Amino acid sequence: MGTARMFGPRRVEKNIIQRLADINWGIVLLNVMIAGAGFAMLYSVAGGSWDPWATTQAKRFVGAFVIMIVIATVDIRYWMAFSYPAWFIGVLLLVAVEVMGAVGMGGQRWLDIGFMRVQPSELMKIAVVMALARYFHGRNYDQSRNLRSLFIPAVLIMVPTALVVIQPDLGTGLMIVAGGAAILFLAGLPAWLFIAAALVVAAAIPVGWQFFLRDYQKDRVLTFLNPENDPLGAGYQITQSKIALGSGGLTGKGFLEGTQSQLNFLPEMKTDFIFTVLAEEFGLIGAVIVLALYTIVLAYGMLIGIGCRSQFGRLLASGLSMSLFLYVLINVAMVMGLMPVVGVPLPMISYGGSAMLTWMIAYGLILSVAIHRHVSLAPKGSGLG
Amino acid sequence: MAREGLRYQTFSRRTFLLAGAQGLAMTALGGRLYYLSVVEGEKYKLRAERNRIAIRLIAPERGEILDRRGRKLATNKQDFRVFLIPEQAEEVAQTLVKIGHIVKLDERRLSRIERQIKRQRKFVPVTVAQGLDWDTFAKVNVSVPELPGVVPDAGRSRYYPAGNEIAHLVGYTASPNEEDVALNPLYQLPGFKVGRQGLERRYEDHLRGSAGTRRVEVNSVGREIRELPPRQDAEPGSNLNLTIDLELQHFTIEKLGEEAAGVVAIDVKTGEILTMASAPTYDPNEFTRGISSENWNALLKDPRKPLINKCVTGQYPPGSTVKPLIAIAALEHGIVKPETEHYCNGRHRLGNHVFNCWKKGGHGRLDLKGAIAHSCDVYFWKVAEELDIDNMADMLSRFGLGELFDLGIDGEKPGLVPDRGWKRAVLNQPWHLGETLNVSIGQGAMLATPLQLAVMTARIASGRRIFPSLVSIPGTDLTRMDAFDPMDISPLYLQLARRGMEMVMELGGTAHDYRRPKSAPKLAGKSGTAQVRRISKEERLDGVIDNKDLPWNMRDHALFVAYGPTENPEVAVGVLVQHGGGGSSVAAPIARAVIDKALEIRHRAPADGTTDTAAAASEREGS
Repeated sequence: MGTARMFGPRRVEKNIIQRLADINWGIVLLNVMIAGAGFAMLYSVAGGSWDPWATTQAKRFVGAFVIMIVIATVDIRYWMAFSYPAWFIGVLLLVAVEVMGAVGMGGQRWLDIGFMRVQPSELMKIAVVMALARYFHGRNYDQSRNLRSLFIPAVLIMVPTALVVIQPDLGTGLMIVAGGAAILFLAGLPAWLFIAAALVVAAAIPVGWQFFLRDYQKDRVLTFLNPENDPLGAGYQITQSKIALGSGGLTGKGFLEGTQSQLNFLPEMKTDFIFTVLAEEFGLIGAVIVLALYTIVLAYGMLIGIGCRSQFGRLLASGLSMSLFLYVLINVAMVMGLMPVVGVPLPMISYGGSAMLTWMIAYGLILSVAIHRHVSLAPKGSGLG
Repeated sequence: MAREGLRYQTFSRRTFLLAGAQGLAMTALGGRLYYLSVVEGEKYKLRAERNRIAIRLIAPERGEILDRRGRKLATNKQDFRVFLIPEQAEEVAQTLVKIGHIVKLDERRLSRIERQIKRQRKFVPVTVAQGLDWDTFAKVNVSVPELPGVVPDAGRSRYYPAGNEIAHLVGYTASPNEEDVALNPLYQLPGFKVGRQGLERRYEDHLRGSAGTRRVEVNSVGREIRELPPRQDAEPGSNLNLTIDLELQHFTIEKLGEEAAGVVAIDVKTGEILTMASAPTYDPNEFTRGISSENWNALLKDPRKPLINKCVTGQYPPGSTVKPLIAIAALEHGIVKPETEHYCNGRHRLGNHVFNCWKKGGHGRLDLKGAIAHSCDVYFWKVAEELDIDNMADMLSRFGLGELFDLGIDGEKPGLVPDRGWKRAVLNQPWHLGETLNVSIGQGAMLATPLQLAVMTARIASGRRIFPSLVSIPGTDLTRMDAFDPMDISPLYLQLARRGMEMVMELGGTAHDYRRPKSAPKLAGKSGTAQVRRISKEERLDGVIDNKDLPWNMRDHALFVAYGPTENPEVAVGVLVQHGGGGSSVAAPIARAVIDKALEIRHRAPADGTTDTAAAASEREGS
């Protein structure tokens, strides 16, 4: 505790009221706006009805919102102390679904926690970032640049990745790796390492194609490369999605007037392809506004990282923002036909609780970093005394 | 602490780098969206419209087939039927079993349904049952909630009010087969029928009409959401007017009763076919509904062949009915003069073969008219010995024997007028004089259809090359004098043949109709009896077995041709009764009744206000 006072007049210890007052309400508002756009689109997908999706999604949002605020007001030191345990719990949950799957519940990826179903692989995205931030918080500049610092992070990344990939959920696995790599980069590992890694990955693609991808995954990639080859099969999704995006034009066909969506030409409308419904009904303008909301809220997260005093807080805020950015990027690029269809939802807008909960927990942590930006943390341990 | 500063510097530099990358990536996504929606927007708008809007065909109402007075022979009526939309059925096989509990579906029908389901897209309805009565239809309607994909429908389907009486003419309609479907998209419409037999088939293009179109908004599985104007209505098919008189047709079919027979009545001046009756017959409505296999087998196995139109498909030795033509040929080639007489002692010897006249003991001395009136075989054999077969065949052909008239109905056969060329081509054998003798009495290889016999008689009666027709073609006037060319035959010879045929019906003639009331018009005719078996020498010595004592299929065919009234011929008939026995006794009364009825109908004052143009014109001409 003593260290905090060394930084002079600035008060770093805040009571609960002060913390609430110190919440970055701009971020909260942006997230409410994005979620609101989601409700509107779910209302449209249901043919102009709150049921069955928009109401459910709104209830989930209320729950996730409370969780976000609670997380935001919890002292950052607790979160740092919780980082490694979170990682272990995440891994245990992944093993748990794997074991349950083995005892006969099929390819199950979720756990029922009462009011909603949670995918451990989703929570793992956050836990990996937390554990890595915690780890590099304890490494100084030189230690961070040392390649020996790569051993433990590699374990922290690869163990959950392996568990997720065998589910099988290659998309989430790649996102964990990419999110982890972002933290390694931010933590200060030498830049040449990432260039080399990129080259190795490029070289490994043919091998991976040959030995690791399953047939349905290969189909997705091939269809992505040439969707017109199979216009009524797997290419149908991408073709119809592009028609919806393109036919919206500049201003869109109007709310509830999208023909591609209202007449069910679009696949997976309420989940992975909900962005196309938005673009069809509100046009380029509506879609760009939503993309801008995402960009601003993500940039906020990066800025909070820069404005934070502790390396843990910095890496946590920027690293989570980067992971969430990947989420949005992959989904939007996918529906535009710029990436193979990998089954990643658009967080906050797609129907479903897991992605929304991940997003809101992440922003809870980012807000907590912002509130506790002046708290300095000991390199070892949480400093909770 | 400097090291801590470096760590922060690296972090913030790299954070800005990644944030910049985020910004770039988002801009790229926006750019991509701009490309899709603005640069290529029109293309995708078009494709979205094409997705959304489907053109659906509207079935046209099929044209009706009417008789000469506008009475309906084929029409369309309300029909209760059941469709199945495979896409909406949870389990097609199970659904069919469930429908089967309400509507009887036999094996043939089921396999047909399954084939159709495989062939079509899954949202195209397949006809499961049709022609349901109201009770069954109501039961299906009640069960619809438990039968997803089952659609009861009250549409229009083909109906033949006169059923049996016109089966051989109109044919029937049936569900299109694979080849039809390729020809016209209309045939894919549920419940749409195509002409499968008879006039329905020949005049398919005329009767079908053309499809209307409506634009509908469809969803991704092709289900209609709503209709988008404008709608273009279907153009109904044109009606087909036949020359047939339904009343006469009905009368004739009744008259034929249980016989296996064919009767053709033809307008002597116009060639219009007034009746074409073939017995026994069948109900074409059964075919439109989809005939059951047991009924189908019964029709196939019936020895009297209900499915065959005996008027045009049945080919029979014409027997003595051709004798007037032989007489004309002999006159034309100078073999006989009208007054030339021959003596008939009942036998005629050619080489070492003896030909027996039908009349045991012979006719005695006869001239040409007498030979026709008494149908003396020996007279014609004597003439035939001098008349070359090719000249004889030429004369027979000029009267329409061996000719195809292509009326538009099924199975029209040409018959056969044998000559040297035919025998050489088909059998590669030289002609024998004995065969000429056989042809001269309408036997041997010679064959004719009842239609040809009616045409022959009309040509004798009118002296013109009458050509028969079954369908009235608008704009053609068959009543005009120059509609048909005169026969290239001396009127004197024709007159002589006619006189011979008049004498057939008079006292002493083979078909003296003593029952004729004074008021009935006078007719001219000629009987014929065609043997279907060979009479052996032994049987001839013992006395020829009477037809009544023979099994049905060994009895002679009875033929009769006639026209009337003699002073101004209007109607000619050809009658064939299969295995009926003697022409005079069995066929002649039918010919008499049909002509009387035809004349009665024509001269009856039109009660319903409709005028029979042909009859009216012919009356004008007669007066």
